[in-house]
Amino acid sequence: MTSAADANSDRSVLPITERYTLIGWVRRNLFSDTLNSLLTLAALAFLFIVASNLLRWAFVTAEWGVIPANFNLIMRGQYPATEAWRLWLVIYLLGAVVGSSWRLLSGKFSGAARLLIAIPFVLMLIPFFSMATRLNLVITAAASAAGFFITGYLPIQRRGRTAAYLLLAYLVVMLILLQGVGAEEGPMPPVAPILWGGLLLSLLLAFFGITLSFPLGVALALGRQSKLPAIRVMSVIYIEFIRGVPLISLLFMGQVMLQLFLPDGFPLVDRVLRALVAITLFSAAYTAENVRGGLQSISRGQYEAANALGLSTYQSTIHIILPQALRAVIPVLVGQFISLFKDTTLVALVGIFDLLGIARTILANPDWLGTQQEVYAIIAVLFWIFSYSMSYASRRLEQRLGVGQR
Amino acid sequence: MSEEATADEIIVCQDVCKWFGDFQALKNCSLRVQAQEVVVIIGPSGSGKSTFIRCINRLEEHQAGDIIVDGIPLTRDVRNIEQIRSETGMVFQQFNLFPHLTVLENITLAPIQVRKMRKDEAQDTAMSLLNRVGIPEQADKYPGQLSGGQQQRVAIARSLAMSPKIMLFDEPTSALDPEMIKEVLDVMQELAETGMTMLVVTHEMGFAREVADRIVFMDGGEIMEVGTPEHFFTNAQHDRTKLFLSQIL
Repeated sequence: MTSAADANSDRSVLPITERYTLIGWVRRNLFSDTLNSLLTLAALAFLFIVASNLLRWAFVTAEWGVIPANFNLIMRGQYPATEAWRLWLVIYLLGAVVGSSWRLLSGKFSGAARLLIAIPFVLMLIPFFSMATRLNLVITAAASAAGFFITGYLPIQRRGRTAAYLLLAYLVVMLILLQGVGAEEGPMPPVAPILWGGLLLSLLLAFFGITLSFPLGVALALGRQSKLPAIRVMSVIYIEFIRGVPLISLLFMGQVMLQLFLPDGFPLVDRVLRALVAITLFSAAYTAENVRGGLQSISRGQYEAANALGLSTYQSTIHIILPQALRAVIPVLVGQFISLFKDTTLVALVGIFDLLGIARTILANPDWLGTQQEVYAIIAVLFWIFSYSMSYASRRLEQRLGVGQR
Repeated sequence: MSEEATADEIIVCQDVCKWFGDFQALKNCSLRVQAQEVVVIIGPSGSGKSTFIRCINRLEEHQAGDIIVDGIPLTRDVRNIEQIRSETGMVFQQFNLFPHLTVLENITLAPIQVRKMRKDEAQDTAMSLLNRVGIPEQADKYPGQLSGGQQQRVAIARSLAMSPKIMLFDEPTSALDPEMIKEVLDVMQELAETGMTMLVVTHEMGFAREVADRIVFMDGGEIMEVGTPEHFFTNAQHDRTKLFLSQIL
């Protein structure tokens, strides 16, 4: 803060020719004395070496052919190609739901909304996409725009609640579409989750891991503060046990030990579902501790005011305590969810083909020997895109919810 | 029994004792408050004034003695506690407004949730209460956007929205800048004139002299002296009372 203020005050006393020119700026900030000049030159040399090597690799050495050749595998794993239309339908619907909830929650066709609708068009620029893929992307963009504008004409009263129901309905429809119904020869034959893979599986694991672990974690955090000793002790034991073991050991336990605890013939046999259970249980313990931090930041006066008004414990928790506690820990929770998303790569070690697992299969293919750099670079870029989107969305959420905060 | 309340005694406290660990904060405090009475409690800091009125709506639990509010004995029974709390409004030194809700939502929350009032009805009541405390134009702001005096007036409106029979004030002006004290005291005085039963812990002697029906002086966890303002400011009996008054007047 002070340095910025200093720079501003300095600027006002400079001769007018130097105040706003590029050369003036460079001289002041990069070459103000001998040491700074040397540092600037050294940094430039370092940047030049790194950038030139990176660019030479990216544009000359790298064999990017491996990516288009395996693109479907990276995106959806071994999900059958004949059923790929179901995945596109899921994406169209996602576009429509996002557009519709945008109308419900924000109401405005703002810059961010344009950005969202632009995403499919940007993706179309990827050179090796087929015409069919591009058409599908256009349909997705059209679906989100349609969702936005059609919702505008509907007489909807409770906007927040409608958006929540819409999302819930979407989840059900999505799972039915992915899983399929009816006979093997029917129009939508079942596809076992173990065949879901690649980016599709990574996103699903992260999404369901987050949405299932969040309520469980909140309940555990409240349980840890409960006045009832049984609930408190059980919450503490659960949290401390889970936090004391690495996720990978939970994943292995999920694969080899879960059936010991379940009755014979219990339907939870699919390995992907077992991994999801392990991820959810793991993440819930961390969510609980983060939420507890938020609960502790609520002053005693808030509890007293709620009590004095005659609100029951349940009412004050729902209306007074949790809204403030969760708002206070949004940055921490989002950080935790981003790390959960990246931690889903550990399922590759128990034989599940998420993005990382798919990368390992591609690299095991003799046709693509020696393409580790290209494949892992693309995987990293994919993870970065989604992690950064989450962090960007959380910052916007904080700004929106920050109204009137102390 | 001696602690049986007569018809118009709305608060009866008999030999109330309270310990914080080994420290005894209240020593056999007894007080009977008539309906529509305004009782001001004064005393040096740490004398147990706040603890005493916080026992009346069970924000603190008393360990010995009896408290009966509007005929309901204050026991461990949660139903009794919730019933007493919904008939008793409380205003805090630090306002304790809910910072994530607008002024209007702060006021309508309890009527909607506890009294099961319809939302538009609750909002109408809230607006008329905001008119009464003089800040209807702030309804859609958040507490953090208001001055201290305005926040405290919202807090009073929030308590009144539950149509309480009794209002407890725990040093309502102590956290306010001097120029804002009067606006809050004016609201309280007007409330007293409508016949509200009020228990007020305060250091505002002007308010005590003008509005109180009776003044209670507490020191060291004990009720030392009870009397009319006239009695207090001209003819205090107890040495400690005289000493306290001489220090602050």
